[in-house]
Amino acid sequence: MSGKALAQELRASWAFIERNFNFTKRYWKWEVVFFVYTIANSVTMGFIGKGVESFSGIELNTSFLILYMLLGSILWGYLSILFEIVAETVAWERWEETIEYTFMAPVRRATHLLSTCGYAILYGILRSGLILLVVSVFFDLDLSSANLLSAAGILAVSSFSFVGLGIVAAVLPLISPEKGVQVVHIFQALLLMFSGVYYEIDVLPVWMQQVGKLSPATYALRGMRASILEGKTMLEMSNDVWPLIFLGALLLPSGLLFFRRMESWAKRKGVLKRSG
Amino acid sequence: MADALLANNIVKTFKKNRKEVRALKGVNLRIKEGEIYGLLGPNGSGKSTFIRIASTLLIPDRGSISIFGFDSVGDSVAIQRMINRVSVEASFFRKLSAVENLSFSAGLYGIPRREALKKINCLSEKFGLDLKRLKDPLEDFSRGMQQKVAIVRAFMTDPKMLLLDEPTTGLDPRAKRDVQNLIRDVKQTMNTTMLLTTHDMDEAEKLCDYVAIIHLGRIVASGRPAELKKQLLGKVDNPSFEDVFLEFTGMSIEEAEYQEVESE
Repeated sequence: MSGKALAQELRASWAFIERNFNFTKRYWKWEVVFFVYTIANSVTMGFIGKGVESFSGIELNTSFLILYMLLGSILWGYLSILFEIVAETVAWERWEETIEYTFMAPVRRATHLLSTCGYAILYGILRSGLILLVVSVFFDLDLSSANLLSAAGILAVSSFSFVGLGIVAAVLPLISPEKGVQVVHIFQALLLMFSGVYYEIDVLPVWMQQVGKLSPATYALRGMRASILEGKTMLEMSNDVWPLIFLGALLLPSGLLFFRRMESWAKRKGVLKRSG
Repeated sequence: MADALLANNIVKTFKKNRKEVRALKGVNLRIKEGEIYGLLGPNGSGKSTFIRIASTLLIPDRGSISIFGFDSVGDSVAIQRMINRVSVEASFFRKLSAVENLSFSAGLYGIPRREALKKINCLSEKFGLDLKRLKDPLEDFSRGMQQKVAIVRAFMTDPKMLLLDEPTTGLDPRAKRDVQNLIRDVKQTMNTTMLLTTHDMDEAEKLCDYVAIIHLGRIVASGRPAELKKQLLGKVDNPSFEDVFLEFTGMSIEEAEYQEVESE
């Protein structure tokens, strides 16, 4: 790629990031709604952890349970935001009726999608940090044994695979204007169920455990808990880090390739228009 | 004059509710550089399908379109750099301001920020947009104003070819006249080739150097507006463009629109 072409792609990339920031700014009331909802959800999960002792009548390490549940809730919040922003990038353009203008612009699809992913990662980290800050007011969290460097590492590695998964999911609204978004949400709900967000996947039936092993969220959650609750290093968590690296390396490029193929299919079938 | 657009036997069929809709049945067009070419036909005649293929948003089943020598499928990025489009719907992010929308568009075409802002101001002034309102959300603009912003968006990228897909449909008479004046003004001051689709006979006659009538996915007549009318001399007194349409399709534009809807 020539210097001029690279500069043009970088400007296009910034345009996507800036546009998404403008959306967030303009729809700030909805941002507040979803933020409050996520806080309430996370705090509820924390209290469920606290309440387990009184259900069971057995003395438990409630601090551990609270953090276990909170980590599930906050990390899931981050991963699902990442997934949603990327997966709905096409759906959003359809709602706004701008899809044709964006897709006829001279921008590489990889630039388009990866810039959206870049914004999603920045937004997701900032949002999750704020949620953690607010939630910590409700509970006396013990982070003395946490390995924050490992936690950041897990967050970084898992982001790649989730971005890849999001790009694969973004194909659905591209090829099916009527049902694509609905299927994306079903897919997201199934990820929540199979990936052990609020429990270890060992408690699932065997067939569900097998499915759970294919989800990057399973390893991300396990890795995050191991680094925060047990202070493990990345090396000690290689059983979770390697699958995340493998899934990221597989899902990201194949997601981009799959999207390009499906874009070409959509152009043949004539579904790349405003409202389908 | 060199060819700006050359369409060779374009065929496109869609499947809608298990039925096949043959939108284009072998369309051939030649547009010369610098001219305004009108593609005239009722709703559903295949005009927008043709524009979408030229915009690289659709791939034809058969045939090819080349724009300034580049193929719309094989060299799509090269074409995307040379064209822009104004469609019936202004198609903007409604909650974002005009400047935010236009800056986004400029970014997609790799235009540096400072240059983009200069162009936005300059073109907005030229096309009669109130500069003070550029920071307002697009949803607060009238349809006519939105269409003017869409024209600014299109010209910001200095297109060699502009695809105008019914840009005046649904506008009130004043906004319609403004947009038509803009097109005329652009023709006089910039050397942009324009493909204008419309079902408005007067508009086609007033604005276009050359016109093709498309009916049921086929070009049934083409020529300079005056030449097409001339062919009716002796058959009709003082022929209008409505008469031209009637002569070549066997029905009025209203009847043709009804037939197109029925055939879908």
